[in-house]
Amino acid sequence: MRDNLVKHLLLSCASLSIVFLAGITVTLFKEGLPIFKEVSVFKFLFGRYWYPTYDPPDFGILPLILGSLWVTLGALFVAVPLGVGSAMYISELAHPKLREILKPMVELLASVPSVVYGFFGMVFLGPLVQRLFDLPVGLTCFTASIILGMMALPTVASIAEDAISAVPRELREASYALGAMKWETITKVVVPAASSGIIAAVILGFGRAIGETMTVLMVAGGAAVIPRSVFQPVRTMTATIAAEMGEAPMGSDHYHALFGIALVLFFITLGFNLLADKIIKG
Amino acid sequence: MKRILTALGLITSLYVGEGWTRERALTLAGSTTVLPIAQRAAEEFMNLHPDVSISVRGGGSGVGIAALIDGTVDIANSSRPIKTKELKKAREKGIKPVGTVIAKDGIAVIVHPSNPVGELSLAQIRAIYTGEINKWKEVGGESKTIVVISRDVASGTFEVFKKLALGGERVRPDALMLASNKAVATTVAKTPGAIGYIGLGYLSPEVKAVKVEGVYPSKEDVVSGEYKLARPLFMYTDGEPRGLAGEFINFILSPKGQKIVEELGFVPVK
Repeated sequence: MRDNLVKHLLLSCASLSIVFLAGITVTLFKEGLPIFKEVSVFKFLFGRYWYPTYDPPDFGILPLILGSLWVTLGALFVAVPLGVGSAMYISELAHPKLREILKPMVELLASVPSVVYGFFGMVFLGPLVQRLFDLPVGLTCFTASIILGMMALPTVASIAEDAISAVPRELREASYALGAMKWETITKVVVPAASSGIIAAVILGFGRAIGETMTVLMVAGGAAVIPRSVFQPVRTMTATIAAEMGEAPMGSDHYHALFGIALVLFFITLGFNLLADKIIKG
Repeated sequence: MKRILTALGLITSLYVGEGWTRERALTLAGSTTVLPIAQRAAEEFMNLHPDVSISVRGGGSGVGIAALIDGTVDIANSSRPIKTKELKKAREKGIKPVGTVIAKDGIAVIVHPSNPVGELSLAQIRAIYTGEINKWKEVGGESKTIVVISRDVASGTFEVFKKLALGGERVRPDALMLASNKAVATTVAKTPGAIGYIGLGYLSPEVKAVKVEGVYPSKEDVVSGEYKLARPLFMYTDGEPRGLAGEFINFILSPKGQKIVEELGFVPVK
């Protein structure tokens, strides 16, 4: 009797997330699709100008899509080497005592609020980048990538670390028995054995970075142009939604266009998550 | 059974008790230009009335007015008059936004302190923001590239700047879009080639305000109308301000409230 009750209670908890997900998906489609009555899908995705509040408006989000992709790929250049490197060190090389300190430290990075990262980027890193590279302005794709990379680092590191620790000890022992050195064992046996988990870590890191909003709003500069260099201000999809949703009157074209952007973002992250899932399962 | 009754009794008494001691609450949201005035006034008002709790948020004028229409705030702070579109929306929801002018503000056009340019005409400002001019040399400065900094479209400052300075023309697409007055001030202060625009209250020695059409954005010239980029600041309520919202707005219009306005670098209306 009680077992059954608990079982049903937990079942409803689990199905609640499905309900939420379904609700979000339905809302996205319901509010996002109407924009395609005003602009064609092609013009929306490949339009070069975003002037939603002018008359006549322009709803081209190509600069925003490219802005998001550039910033996110840049973030992966930072997060992947650092994340996988620290995962390898923590799980294979670090003294157990050191591991006890390092692992929570890396995970602590994830708990810093994004607005703090944004403030740090705006006040410290931006001006530094500007002086270092002699740029007109320091709020650039490059600056945002570094900060986002730091933010995605814990995701990449902790999932990669799980994957590496999950490699059976027998594999390592067999490798040593064949006379392999520690370094050879790590690079030729452990990492290849954990590769699907590491790739999943990279993809989830990608998802973490492309969805980040506050930091890129503060640090990326916000210029809605097609990026030609990483040392140029860019605007991401998330920053656009966050900055403009408050002003867009409900039911207006601008409002539907913002949901349209959210829809594009939804498909991108969904695609990558499915990919990560597939890779993990093999 | 007895236990249940006792528990019920306890809960009821707690509920009633809570009802008796509940503070009077007021929420404000909107323009980041009006934000410092609202915050300081809220602090002083709460000191005078310990039973009142006031929460003040930013978000931009559009956000504040949208929240007023949705009924989630009591007062919407706005640095521009309400738009016809918004009025229509409000009427549909049975809300009658009434604006009270609580202060006046100039929009200062700012550059880096090291920039030798000290004066711009409205035509030059428009040419810079629309992208006709790219180098400071063209307006009498150094050969640096101009870094154009603008605000997001939820900003009332942007709306007013667009109307008064740009005549409704489009800002160049590669202009930086930042989300608050403070962000613009910080970025201009750290970027030698930058130009931006902020509310007078955000002026600091870290940035240099330029003369617009030969007039420096001083309080006197904002009041007299000599300075061209000036505007009233509003607090919007549903209907004439009454109740706690009315008390709060009256406090801001009182000599004490207007002193706060002045201390923060804005121009009093009384």
